[in-house]
Amino acid sequence: MDRKSLGVAAFLALAAAGATTAYAQKDKALESIDAYREALQDGNPAELYEATGEELWKTPAGPKNASLEKCDLGLGAGVVQGAYAQLPRHFADTDRVQDLESRLLTCMETLQGKDPKPYIQASFKDPPKEEMNALSAYISGLSKGMPINVRPTHPKELAMVELGRRMFFFEGGPYDFSCATCHGQEGTRIRMQELPYIPSAKGAASGWTSWPAYRVSSGEMWSMQWRINDCFRQQRFPEPVYASDATIALSLYMAATASGATMKTPGIKR
Amino acid sequence: MKHLVVLAALLLSGPALAQSAGKPAWGPGADDAAFAAMLKTSFKDKGIAKLDRLTQDETQAFCSDPGAASGPAAAAQREKIEAANMATVKWPSDGKWLGDWKEGEKLAQSGRGLTWTDKADQPNGANCYNCHQITPQEISHGTIGPSLLGYGKVRGTSEDALKATWAKIWNAKASNACSLMPRSGHMGILGEAQIRHLMALLLDPQSPVNK
Repeated sequence: MDRKSLGVAAFLALAAAGATTAYAQKDKALESIDAYREALQDGNPAELYEATGEELWKTPAGPKNASLEKCDLGLGAGVVQGAYAQLPRHFADTDRVQDLESRLLTCMETLQGKDPKPYIQASFKDPPKEEMNALSAYISGLSKGMPINVRPTHPKELAMVELGRRMFFFEGGPYDFSCATCHGQEGTRIRMQELPYIPSAKGAASGWTSWPAYRVSSGEMWSMQWRINDCFRQQRFPEPVYASDATIALSLYMAATASGATMKTPGIKR
Repeated sequence: MKHLVVLAALLLSGPALAQSAGKPAWGPGADDAAFAAMLKTSFKDKGIAKLDRLTQDETQAFCSDPGAASGPAAAAQREKIEAANMATVKWPSDGKWLGDWKEGEKLAQSGRGLTWTDKADQPNGANCYNCHQITPQEISHGTIGPSLLGYGKVRGTSEDALKATWAKIWNAKASNACSLMPRSGHMGILGEAQIRHLMALLLDPQSPVNK
């Protein structure tokens, strides 16, 4: 070993010793966060959004004064039970791979005659998006306890999952961040927030099975599109367009990687 | 340390990357045109975060293919990228390396800056605690980067230690092509005065990092 390597070795040893001492404290802090999360499971305010979503689904609206009850989410017209667990997938009528929210836009346009634009352009806290968040809560709730069944077979699904994988590792912006910067290592944290390692089945499942979710700190019901949007904000990227292909590709990559795991939606987060 | 990171990346990326079906995400046969088209239709300007942020420089493009970037075949390419990043480092204009560690601590605590909800005229934070343990007092710290406890105590304030630390903060890719750490000076996230304060937080014997 030359002097430089010795220095590095000494630095590593010292860092390791420091880390061990600090670890006991940290474990306690993490444990109390876990206990808080568990306590939250007792009553999830997402239920209120599920009820609103159900009403939105069943109430006639739009220029055609129709409900969404004939919407095909992939299991046939009107089937909501288990539908979220098999999305995103390819739809023959649009010849596109769609996630829940892009599929809802299709149904709102075709069944209800609504213009999807205001829904796409609204901020996540504005009324059109509140509808989407509530619908997401309701529909995802009817897949709770079911296994994710997302196994790309259609050529467009196969292409999309690879585009999603590539998007996940795509670095850009002033901070050189990609999704993988935070979600590409096993067992790391940002501050005290533990991060799932999304390229693994376990990590992808921990993310995919728990969103949409109610966020206690902000009192908001977040759809998966909102979750991904805020990841890109923190990544210092420009804003992803609502229900755009990049967001669907990432969703498909996560869902396919997590396939087989049990849905826990809608989730609750601190 | 760099080699450990590369090795870890290799171990972790192996199984996940092997399951690709259809056209591969990267490399020969990848559908580059489809990816470019997807990027183009999927993002829009918002606030200070404009679409030009998706135009990659050579370092970002190289590090976006984790299999290729961490493989032994790319060692020469990594060295080339590190050298190019090293050439961007601007050394302190007045020869002063260390500022005020207390200011450095404030910067290290702040994760603010350069998102579409931030304003152009706000000073950026340095984001350090998001990923690093730094002072023993702050237990709410991330673990993506190595612990920096005792950083200056181990390294001292020799010319070499000062230069290596300055270069790491100015451009983290100068010593590790695909480091997860932002290039704070090079990308204009932090200015010279701010980097001096961070240098003091790490290297000043009075800093809690070294107590």
